[in-house]
This record gives sequence, structure tokens and C-alpha cells, in this order.
Amino acid sequence: MPDLLLEFFSEEIPARMQARAADDLKKMVTDRLVAAGLTYEGAKAFATPRRLALTVQGVPARQPDLKEERKGPKVGAPEQAIAGFLRAAGLTSIDQAKVQADKKGDFYVAITEKEGKPALDVLAAMIPEIVRAFPWPKSMRWGAQSASPGSLSWVRPLHAIVATFGPETEEPVVVPFDIDGIKGGDVTRGHRFLSPGDIQVRRFDDYVAKLESAKVVLDATRRMDIIRADAKNLAFAQGFELVEDEGLLAEVAGLVEWPVVLMGEFDKSFLSIPGEVIRSTIRANQKCFVLRDPQTAKLVNKFILVANIEASDGGKAIVAGNERVIRARLSDAKFFYETDLKTKLEDRLPKFAGIVFHEKLGSQAERIARITALAGQLAPLVKADAAKAERAAQLCKADLLTEVVGEFPDLQGLMGKYYAEAQGEDEAVAHACEDHYRPKGPDDLVPGDPVSIAVALADKIDTLVGFWAIDEKPTGSKDPYALRRAALGLIRIVIDNQLRLPLRRQLWRHFGSVERDEALAAAFALLHPLHDQIVNISATDIELAMKLEVLVSEKTRAASNPKLVQAHSYLKQTDDLLSFFADRLKVQLREQGARHDLVDAVFALEGQDDLLMVVRRVEALGKFLDTDDGKNLLAGVKRASNILRIEEKKDGKAYNGAVDAALLDAPEEKALAAAVATAKSEGDTAVAKEDFAAAMTAMAKLRPTVDAFFDKVTVNADDKAVRANRLTLLNEIREATRAVADFSKIEG
Amino acid sequence: MATSRAAQASDLDPTKSFQGLILALQQYWAAYGCVILQPYDMEVGAGTFHPATTLRALGPKPWNAAYVQPSRRPKDGRYGENPNRLQHYYQFQVILKPSPPDLQQLYLDSLKVIGIDSALHDIRFVEDDWESPTLGAWGLGWECWCDGMEVSQFTYFQQVAGVECAPVAGELTYGLERLAMYVQGVDRVYDLNFNGRDDDKKVTYGDVFLQAEREYSRHNFEHSDSDMLFKQFTMAEEACRKYLEAGYSADRSQHLMALPAYDQCIKASHVFNLLDARGVISVTERQSYILRVRELAKACGAAWLKTEAGGVAA
Repeated sequence: MPDLLLEFFSEEIPARMQARAADDLKKMVTDRLVAAGLTYEGAKAFATPRRLALTVQGVPARQPDLKEERKGPKVGAPEQAIAGFLRAAGLTSIDQAKVQADKKGDFYVAITEKEGKPALDVLAAMIPEIVRAFPWPKSMRWGAQSASPGSLSWVRPLHAIVATFGPETEEPVVVPFDIDGIKGGDVTRGHRFLSPGDIQVRRFDDYVAKLESAKVVLDATRRMDIIRADAKNLAFAQGFELVEDEGLLAEVAGLVEWPVVLMGEFDKSFLSIPGEVIRSTIRANQKCFVLRDPQTAKLVNKFILVANIEASDGGKAIVAGNERVIRARLSDAKFFYETDLKTKLEDRLPKFAGIVFHEKLGSQAERIARITALAGQLAPLVKADAAKAERAAQLCKADLLTEVVGEFPDLQGLMGKYYAEAQGEDEAVAHACEDHYRPKGPDDLVPGDPVSIAVALADKIDTLVGFWAIDEKPTGSKDPYALRRAALGLIRIVIDNQLRLPLRRQLWRHFGSVERDEALAAAFALLHPLHDQIVNISATDIELAMKLEVLVSEKTRAASNPKLVQAHSYLKQTDDLLSFFADRLKVQLREQGARHDLVDAVFALEGQDDLLMVVRRVEALGKFLDTDDGKNLLAGVKRASNILRIEEKKDGKAYNGAVDAALLDAPEEKALAAAVATAKSEGDTAVAKEDFAAAMTAMAKLRPTVDAFFDKVTVNADDKAVRANRLTLLNEIREATRAVADFSKIEG
Repeated sequence: MATSRAAQASDLDPTKSFQGLILALQQYWAAYGCVILQPYDMEVGAGTFHPATTLRALGPKPWNAAYVQPSRRPKDGRYGENPNRLQHYYQFQVILKPSPPDLQQLYLDSLKVIGIDSALHDIRFVEDDWESPTLGAWGLGWECWCDGMEVSQFTYFQQVAGVECAPVAGELTYGLERLAMYVQGVDRVYDLNFNGRDDDKKVTYGDVFLQAEREYSRHNFEHSDSDMLFKQFTMAEEACRKYLEAGYSADRSQHLMALPAYDQCIKASHVFNLLDARGVISVTERQSYILRVRELAKACGAAWLKTEAGGVAA
């Protein structure tokens, strides 16, 4: 069967767009082929700086013929109906239709046979469509034709299109089309400098071979392999090791058609600059690789560059030129670094007063003050030295004002650490300057030092609470302030370090800090102790805590201090933010393989703001439900809940009172009442000790009595009082198990 | 007394003298058919501001021009102490409308005439989307690298002064000092040989500009009169609007004063750059100043399209 070869030859395509464009081209062509009934055997796409290419093998030469039957009106139907049918079926006379019979009688059928078109025609119509609809991230117009509206656009000027089609055994033909003067053809060009002449190609095999001899390596993966291997060899030969950088490698492979790897050097004196600064300088500006000494792992004064030509002097001028540019860049970097060292981090702070963090959230100085206060508050909770946490929080953003970070924003934090070390700060403080940004992504490390933890939590809480306060929450795919990342970062810090953090209280308090209103801040301060009490109580008695909170809410209103009311009202936003955390945690746990329904079952309990406890409950619950006891108990609890739901709905009342021991009659019923009381008390004790496994074991003991109860006892007894008492008993089962989770949310 | 001698051809070798480099580029583009203009007689931040680029890029008429433009970047002054940062430097600007199909090759050939051989040097077109927020302009193209150094900007204008370019113009901007440093093998801009002489008649770039760099850095960072500049900004803005209004014919189908109005837009832009260098414009205000200049540029572009050179039949 025939093969298709396509190549779009243009001016230089941005490196970062090439891989995606190759994928898009393959998808657009193959999707359309399939839609046209042309199933193919295989396809592969390629990109270089100057071309996008695609080979599709095994395309049928023609579309299959299509036979269409269209049912028409009954024989003898009104003329209008017949006329409409003829029009729709494309017939000129009713004689062309066949008559068929079914139960209801004779009717007309139009049978049209659509002959499949040659694949060449399909391609000729398809390629211009693809060119005009190609999804470049940004495309442009060019040349004289750009004077007319609707002129062709492409990522950069498009010069030629190779489009050949034909079976292996025959001379392929050129797909005929004309897009704004660019016709389908079989001529391309080699390397811009090394082999600039025209090349006539037939099919994919000779295309690749001819390009190769015209100094073009078509496959980006091969270019990357060549660069990687040559760079490593060149480094190894001199006793060095390449600092690998896959992102840079991919970019460089997108900048050359014929990679030539060369080595250059710079003055040793530049090695006094931190290695990351050297690397960033050489990488960002020059797209070169750095090398290290395999023994010490320290950078050496060499770099690897990738040229696009085999130069007539063997590359001497190219190396010399690159060395000059790198020397100038490193001189700048060294100057920046040394200038930075002359100013202490704390001396930079006053400048933050004039720098806006966010229009509605005040200056960077205000933000730093908030983070500092919060880090101090959090320090005892994470076993950090409060003074160090505050010092670190105060200094941790100062490197944003340094020259090096101004030049290389990626080095924020890291430079802070270097500058803090250089001015003799405590090691924990210096590390916090870098680590408080962590984790920066799913693969990044989580800070483990208490001082870093305190500052990292404070930084993230301030960000989240701040943007919540001004109602800039993430929506859909939009999350411009990376709040999801901040929330997930906080969650990972808490879980990985097994921290106990009463989030609700911390978040609510911080709303008071973010609002820049002194009277409001005073109102928050008045409420602090009350809320602390409530939070303390909620650890053991959530109902009492809720009641207290309602009481506080009423009292603040009664106090007729609008600021108190306002401060209290922030609990609503706090809970909204908490549910955002819950969502992130769900995503996180799900990704780790936890069942989402178990997460829901735990979050359905009131007052779950201690992330570590949530995770522990989910873990214990998961293990429990893997046992037979767990599965059967779940079935029993669900049965109880279902009956209750139906009967409560029927009766229009909730059976949440106490069980009347005098009305217990059947032995299974009495046994269950006793077992529930025991399970509840053992469960509560275990939960209070945060021993969720023990709580589950206590629940498991319910299983035989629950099973026996459903076996022998009829809930809907004739005696109304007995029935009500039994329903109340079922409710007790549900309530007892709520000590660990809301079983009704669990599937299965 | 030193004996003088007649100028020799070697004095103007583009790899030996700064002026030789400029002359070689002018010759090359003159041979192509460009009109060789002289610098615009106002302070501008880049060669693009010259009306021969900004305004001539608009409208249907073909236009090929090349010129040197002194460019002022008050903030980039370094008191003459940095080897390659200057608050005043030269750009060589080429504008070809519509962009010819072989523009890349024309550019490469121009490098050859100034001594950069593509068999010996690694010349690369690296993605660079160009945007000028003050001119309401954008285009796609590359920064052109020679052995890892950016030596030119290459842009296909898509929009200028808020107007879609039809047809598209190609713009080349050569960084003259950088190119000269490269071909002369000099690491410090002030060491460039300006006139190509090696004897006592040799004049360096430093001889010509070092004092100016020091003086203007003092002026730009420490002494420029902010009160006056704030007033000048407002005055230029008002004058621009006044001239734009006065230039329209009664039925607004023609404009008769687009160029004088645009001068005031250029003036406002440069005054803003001076204020910015002086550090008297806050981050939030900065955006609004840029927006104000852009509004002027857009209004001037709209007016230009109503002039004869902008495509309106006289």
C-alpha cells in the first residue's frame, strides 16, 4: 500500500514548539485519514529547526465505496412527500427508487452508491486544511501576500511543502495542491550553511538518507543522543563529568540540525562564584552545559557548547567567540555576587516598604512582618526555636532584592541561603531562607528542619489566607497565585513531618493579621482565648465545641461591637479555606492509592482540621475494611443506616434519643445494646488516645451482635414503642461508628 | 607636527573601524535599493521609534529604508565603568515592506560584508518575540546569534501602533557596538577603533563617547529635573492630542499633521524613560505612563493611515 511523506519547510521554528508541533501534525493527518475511511499502518512525525515532517505508511490507495439506503414515503403518498424525498435523496425521478415492502405495506427506498475517492484527492484537499488550521501557539503573516486579509499564517514564514504519495514499488506522485502559492512538491533543502542546495526526494527512506548526507539529522531524539554522547565523551576524555540537564538538551537539540559538540573554558577565578550561579549564567544566556570534577562534584572552569556547523577551522573561532561571551557574562555575575555580599540581608528590608506585594494585600514589608509573627507563633507547635524562626522569616525574602536574583529569579532562596551563611547567620536560619519555598513541586523535597518548617508553613498560610481574604481563589484551571501548590505544600509538610496543627484556629487568626484594620485586629485578639478554648474542647467533645461556638457567635452579636461580629464571621471563610485543604488532601491521598470514599467518610465527620489525624483515620479505616470483620460490620452499619433513613423519612422524625433498656426484649437485642455501649466507650477512649487501630478493633467487636440482631430481630415490630426503641438502637450503632468515620459514605 | 596622510581603503575595513562597519552596512543596503536615511533628530529609545519605521510600517505602500539611529536608554548608563553597557549607543536599522522572501539570506549576506563568514562562525536564529508596549507593537522573529552572542534582532512586524500590518514589514536591527567589538576582537566598548587609523590619528570609541557616558549617567540618575520632566511629559501629551485633532480634515477622511503629532509622542516616551531612570515613578504608576504613551502612538498610527504616505489617495 502507498506511503505518504510530508515536510513543511520554513524559517527557524522556536525550539520549545517543535516536539508539540510534530505531535499535532501526526494527529491532524491521521485523524483525518481515519475519518475519511483511510486506515493506515503506521505514522511518525519529526521536527528540526527548519522543518516539520511526517511519514504515514500503508495508506489505502482509495477510500472504500459507500452504499447508502434512504427510506422514503409509502407508495401512493402525497406528491409533496414524494418530491421532498427525491430532493433529499438526490434523485430526479421516482423511477430511480426501489419499492420495498414491510408490515405496513410498500414504500420507496433510494439506494445511492458513493464511490470512494482516490486517497490522493483526499490528501490534496486535506493538506491545505491542515496548514490553515495548524495550532501553533503563536503564528504570523509575512511577505507581499500579507496585504490581503485571510492570508496564510504559520509559526515563521513557510517556504515549501514536500508531499509525495505512492507505493514502495512505484515512483511516488506529488500531492497536488496550492496554498497561497505554495504548491505540493518533492524538493527540499539541506543544512542552511553546510549544504544549502535543493534536494529532490521520493519517499521517506531516501528523504532521511539524503537529508543526512546534506547535514541534517531529522530525528530530534537522535540529535539529543548525539549531543549527550559526544558531550559525555568530550568531558570524560579530560577527566570531567557532564552536569546533565535534559531540559537544556532538548532545547539545544531544537536549535541545530547538525549538532557539533565543542568544549570551551573560562578563567578559574570565576569559580569563586557559587556553582548554581555559574550554571544559571551559562545555561540561561548561552545555552551551554557545565562540567564538574567527578571526585569533588564541584564545577570546573570548562563548558560544553553545541554548534550547528562543522567550521572550516575546526571550531576554533566558534569556541573563542563563545568563551568571550561567557567571560563577559561571568564577569557580570561575579560583579553582581560580590556587590550583593557587601550589603547585609537585613539592610535590604526597608526597601520592601515601597514594593507592592499585591494591591489589596499591601507591601512586601507588611507581608514579611505577618510571616515573621506567624512563624513565631507556629514555632512551639513544630518544636522550633521561636527566635530563630522569626529571624529566618525576617530575612527569607531579602534575596529578592539582590542583583543575582534580579538576574536569575530561579535562584531565589538559594542565594538567600548563601548570603545568610556569608553574614554568619545560624545554620538553621540560613537553610530556612532556601527551604521555606519548599516543596516547590510534587518531586521537590519537603523541609525537615523545625525552623524551615515554621517559616515554610507561615509563608504558605499567609499566601492562602491573604488571597482568600480578598477573594482571589483558584477557579477551574486558573490559579495565578499557585494556591493549590501552596496548600498541597502545607499538607505535605504536615504529613511528612507528622505535625499536629490545629489548622482552623491558625487560619482564622491569620485572617485577622491580613486585614489591615487595627480595631478588627483588636477584636480578633479578644476572641483568641475563646476560640482556643473551643478548639481544645473540640479535640475531645466536638458537640460541646460546636455549642460553644454558637454561643460565642450569639454573644459577639449581643455585644453589639461590629468588629467582634466581623472577626467572628471570618470563621466562614476559614471553613471555606479548610474545605480547599480537604480537597487537596483528597487528591493527594487518592494519588497515593487511598480510596476516595474513605477520605470522604472521614471528612464527613465534624471539625476535621487536623490533617495528620485525618490521614491516620483513613489509613486505619482502609486496613480495617480489608478484614472480614470490617466488611461485615460495614454491611451491618449500612443496613442499619438504610433502615433508619427509610423509617425516619416515613415517620418524619429522627430516632436519636437514648435506648430504653426496659423495652429491650429479645436476647440479641439486649446483647447488641450492651455491645454498642461497650464499643462506643472503648472507641471513644481509643480515639481520644489517637489510636485509630484500637478504635477499629472496638468497632469490630460489634460485628457478631449486629449480625445476630439482624438475623433474629424484626425492627419493625407491631408494638410502636418497641419499634421506636429498636430504631433508636440502630441509630446507636451508627453513632458509635461515627467515632472513626461516617460509614454511610463508604462504598461497597 | 604629525604628518597627515590620505585615507586608505584599509582604514574603512569593517573589521578595523567602527565607521567602516557602518559604511559597509550602508553600502550593502543601498545596493539592495534601500533609501539610506540619516538618524532622526530627536531622542529615541530604539531605531524602531524613527517615523521611517513606526509610521512607514503602516499602510499598503512598499518601503525599503536603512539608517543608523542613536538610541538613548537612560537607565542603562553605568558612568562609563561597564565594558558594554551604555546609555547612548547606535543601532543600524533596516525596514523592508513587504518583507522579501529571502530576507534571512539578505541578512546573512550583510554579515559577510562586515567580515562574519558563516563557514567559520556559528550563526543561529533563536526565538525572540518582540513587543513594544509603548508603541502598541509586536512581531515574531529571532535574536540572531553569532558564536553565542546576540548581534541582531530580526522581526516580522505583525502590529504597530495598534494597527495590523498589511503587508508585513521585516525589520533588522544590528547592535553596532557589539558587532564591532566582535569583529575587532575588543572586550571593552571604549577600546573600539572608531576611525580605523593605527597611528597618532587613531580615535577610539572612548575618545568620542566616554565623557558623554559619564556626564549623562550623572544627569540621568542624579540631577535630571524631575519637576520639569513631569511637566514636559504632560505638555508633550497635550500637544500630541492637540495636533492630532487639528490635523484632521472636516470629514476626518484625511490627516495633514501626523508627523508633528508623532514627534510629541516620541518626546513623551523619552521623558518617561528619563523619569524612570531617576526612580521617581512607582511600579503601579509605571504601567499607567506606558499606557498613556501607547494611546498617543495608537492615535498617531490611526492618523498616519489617513495621510498620503499612509495610503490615502491625495
